Amino acid sequence: MRAILFIAGQTLLLAVLAPAVIGYVRFVKARLQGRRGAGVCQPYRELRKTFGKGMVIAESASWIFRAAPFAVIGATIAAASLVPVVSASQPADRAGDLFVLAALLMLGTFFLALGGLDPGTAFGGMGSSREMTVAALTEPTLAIAVLTLALTTGSTSLGVIAGSVLGTPAYAVGPGHALAFAAFLIAMIAETGRLPVDNPSTHLELTMIHEAMILEYSGPYLALIEWAAGIRLTLLMTLAANLFVPWGMATSLAAPAVAAGLVAILVKLGVLGLFLAVLETRVAKLRLFRVPELLALSFTLALLAAASSFFTR
Amino acid sequence: MTFSLLFDTMIAAFAVGAVAAMVLPLGALMRRLALTAAAIGSAAALALGVNVLRAGAIWTGRWDNLLQPLGGVSLRLDSLGAFFLVIVGFTGVPASLYAIGYLRHLDGHLRSRTTHAVFNMFLASMCLVPCADNVATFLFAWEMMALSSYLLVVSDPEQHDASSAGIWYAAMTHAGFLALLAAFVILAQGGSWEFSALHRAGATLTPAARGAVFLLMAAAFGSKAGLVPLHVWLPRAHPAAPSHASALMSAAMVNLGVYGLARVVFDLLPPGPPWWGGLLLAVGVITALTGVLYSVAETHLKRVLAYSTVENLGLVFIGLGFALLMRGYGYGPLASMGLVAALLHALNHAVFKNLLFLAAGSVVHGTHGASMEAFGGLIKRMPMTAVLSLVGALALAGLPPINGFPSEWLTFQLLVAGAQHTAPALAIVLPLALAGVALVAGLAAVSGVRLFGITFLALPRSPGARDAHESAGIMIAAMAIPAVTCVVLGVAPTLVIPQLSRIASDLGQPAGPLSEGLALSVPLVGSRLWPAVITLLMVGTGLAAAVAVRLAGRARSVRIDAAWNCGRIIQSPRSEYTAAAFAEPLKRVFTGFYRPRQEVTVDVHPASRYFVRAIRLRADLTPWMEQMLYEPLLRATQAASNRMRQIHSGSIHFYLALLPAALLALLLIARWIP
Repeated sequence: MRAILFIAGQTLLLAVLAPAVIGYVRFVKARLQGRRGAGVCQPYRELRKTFGKGMVIAESASWIFRAAPFAVIGATIAAASLVPVVSASQPADRAGDLFVLAALLMLGTFFLALGGLDPGTAFGGMGSSREMTVAALTEPTLAIAVLTLALTTGSTSLGVIAGSVLGTPAYAVGPGHALAFAAFLIAMIAETGRLPVDNPSTHLELTMIHEAMILEYSGPYLALIEWAAGIRLTLLMTLAANLFVPWGMATSLAAPAVAAGLVAILVKLGVLGLFLAVLETRVAKLRLFRVPELLALSFTLALLAAASSFFTR
Repeated sequence: MTFSLLFDTMIAAFAVGAVAAMVLPLGALMRRLALTAAAIGSAAALALGVNVLRAGAIWTGRWDNLLQPLGGVSLRLDSLGAFFLVIVGFTGVPASLYAIGYLRHLDGHLRSRTTHAVFNMFLASMCLVPCADNVATFLFAWEMMALSSYLLVVSDPEQHDASSAGIWYAAMTHAGFLALLAAFVILAQGGSWEFSALHRAGATLTPAARGAVFLLMAAAFGSKAGLVPLHVWLPRAHPAAPSHASALMSAAMVNLGVYGLARVVFDLLPPGPPWWGGLLLAVGVITALTGVLYSVAETHLKRVLAYSTVENLGLVFIGLGFALLMRGYGYGPLASMGLVAALLHALNHAVFKNLLFLAAGSVVHGTHGASMEAFGGLIKRMPMTAVLSLVGALALAGLPPINGFPSEWLTFQLLVAGAQHTAPALAIVLPLALAGVALVAGLAAVSGVRLFGITFLALPRSPGARDAHESAGIMIAAMAIPAVTCVVLGVAPTLVIPQLSRIASDLGQPAGPLSEGLALSVPLVGSRLWPAVITLLMVGTGLAAAVAVRLAGRARSVRIDAAWNCGRIIQSPRSEYTAAAFAEPLKRVFTGFYRPRQEVTVDVHPASRYFVRAIRLRADLTPWMEQMLYEPLLRATQAASNRMRQIHSGSIHFYLALLPAALLALLLIARWIP
């Protein structure tokens, strides 16, 4: 019971934190670009506004269009529940590991892509096709990054990975982990549609990937999809932080340790968000057909990481 | 004995079905009777397989007076055979029931007789293959299976490419048969042809002879299972056959290739060197990648599914090859895990591919089209077929909570565990296999979205799709059987894990349990998959969100209107994404593999070349594998037969002179051979 409450709490934390993370990245980006920028809480207001609006649904759409937002949020929340957020002792390890998490994210993408195809508009199909291509090409990187982690820590379960890196800090500074971290970050950027793969704030349909898919959505459906996208970004950032740099995480479910873990994850998300904002200010969006090159780079990094884990074993 | 009773029921039902199809007057009664008999026979096969598996028993039967010159009919059903009998039976029931509705248009046609009779024969032979216990019975059943499926492939006169597909199929399957025969001859060494004797004889073979037997068997069974580069017949033959038959070919027949190889390498032959496993693993990865890449790019609906069969059999062979490799190096638990993963994926693939081919049949039936480009919008016209296809598409994409996922997950764990627990020299190749499998998983998801989205969603792109109609009730009911099984096996894969572990230990690869309660668990890498909990979470959250939206939105307006489409006023099916367009980014990324060809023809007005009247684009892929491997072979065959034709001079004297020359040559050869 305690374990279930703990998982629910962690998941809720990720879900509630998600808009703030987006708002924070946007805020830092604005400051870096010399603008004042909206406050960190702006995405909450946007979500509330969108959620309260009426909807227009294309007459060519079917029930898939209406079901997709719920499938997306369901799959994303299920993925979020597997992530160890404040404590390395993660009871959800019993339900699934990193491969399950990747599959759940893919399930969300799957339904989003169907939702994009459903109204039969050119932009929706274009977005779906591109999003699925990028998602497919990211899979090998993720798998090899998981393998690298499993090779040093002996498991693919998220809590166990974080826990054993905590126990043996030497793992984290080895070449395997460092390379895998770089590969994972690139995969994360591709999976969440950030620059240089996709521009979340673009207004030009022809360059869109994720945004083109959801052009037909409005009102509460759009709010759910935007929220799910936020959770996806937050959970992947949390993963990057806690699997590769787990320090500060609690190792038990005791209250003081968990409180310290909470502070630690907020700090880590702050640093990662800063990195994301700096990156998005520095780089331009890649042409779509240059994206595979970036992904090939991250795949090579991951493969090198796995190879070096063999040699240092 | 109940086993014998079930076996007799099975054979009797198929026989009754075949006879009924031949003698009863043409019409609905004949169709219903012949196909119901096929369903009963399949159900009996299923029951026999399940009972043998549950009891952990072995059933044997002998009929010495049948096939007497070849050593009589000898049958033996152990756990491995029973498992594949279950696959055949389980896919046979829905296919037969589906055919009752699907083949209604054949009533009154003379060819309905052969179609129904051959269908029964096909099922009977597939049920016999896993029961066979000597070479004669096995080859007889194998050949009957090949022959009847060939007849089904060419049975539809409206399919224009059926005859060419049939020739490819016949040539490949008979080359395979020859390889099989040669392998059995080497293995038997002139002794007894019983499998038990072959098992003993295998131990006395020299390593080189064993290697030859393995290679021949791998080629023979691999060509049946669609291993690259022997897969060329598969994407031709499966689409040409009527859908209830392609559902069986893709779900059951190709798996018998897996059965054959598993029987040979884990039972008949003694443990071989590691390169056997390494070869199968490498070929498996290449097969899976090739299959999925073509299935993502193909636009003919049933060919997409056929290539996906190639892909999934590749995944099965990855598990099988891994098991052999690990056995070769002496890592017993890993080998057993590989076997379980391979068998689980074979079962899962059989179930969802059965469903998808039947659904494809409904779509083709309802729209009179074959290409995905001509579909669209079918979800509104065929709502039930669409829901069932969505289940199949999710399984094909390997996503939770449907059954494609657990076996894919197990394959991932397999390769991770292998990389972790073996010597570095061996482990270092496994990340490449893992990356291959991950890419396959990702591309399969693309294929799943494309398959469902382009076929069922958006606006209809042809008159046929606009006027599509839903299938008959019995067809929907038949498709619901595999669809429900897909969900059950996806949520609770542990239902079959104990049986699979038993098969692995019967084959000499005992291992620890892979399941705890309802969760799959891999102690070697400390990972678990508890699909029921994941599903509950997912569905629970989704429903909660739906309720929340519903409650919060009572006063809110929902307007159904034209699609916004970024301000474009007119929405036409011509502007929506097609199957080819959907795959375009991937075609560009993998240009080196696809080698696309494009041909643009611009038709201009005679007065000025600036007035364009029409632009025609022709784009297709270069089938370079076939060009490189089969075209030289075909050319050589052509040249050889041209040579032979020169003998046909028309002169009777010359023919008469040839006769004694041939006789002399034979006598000389007979003199030299001891």
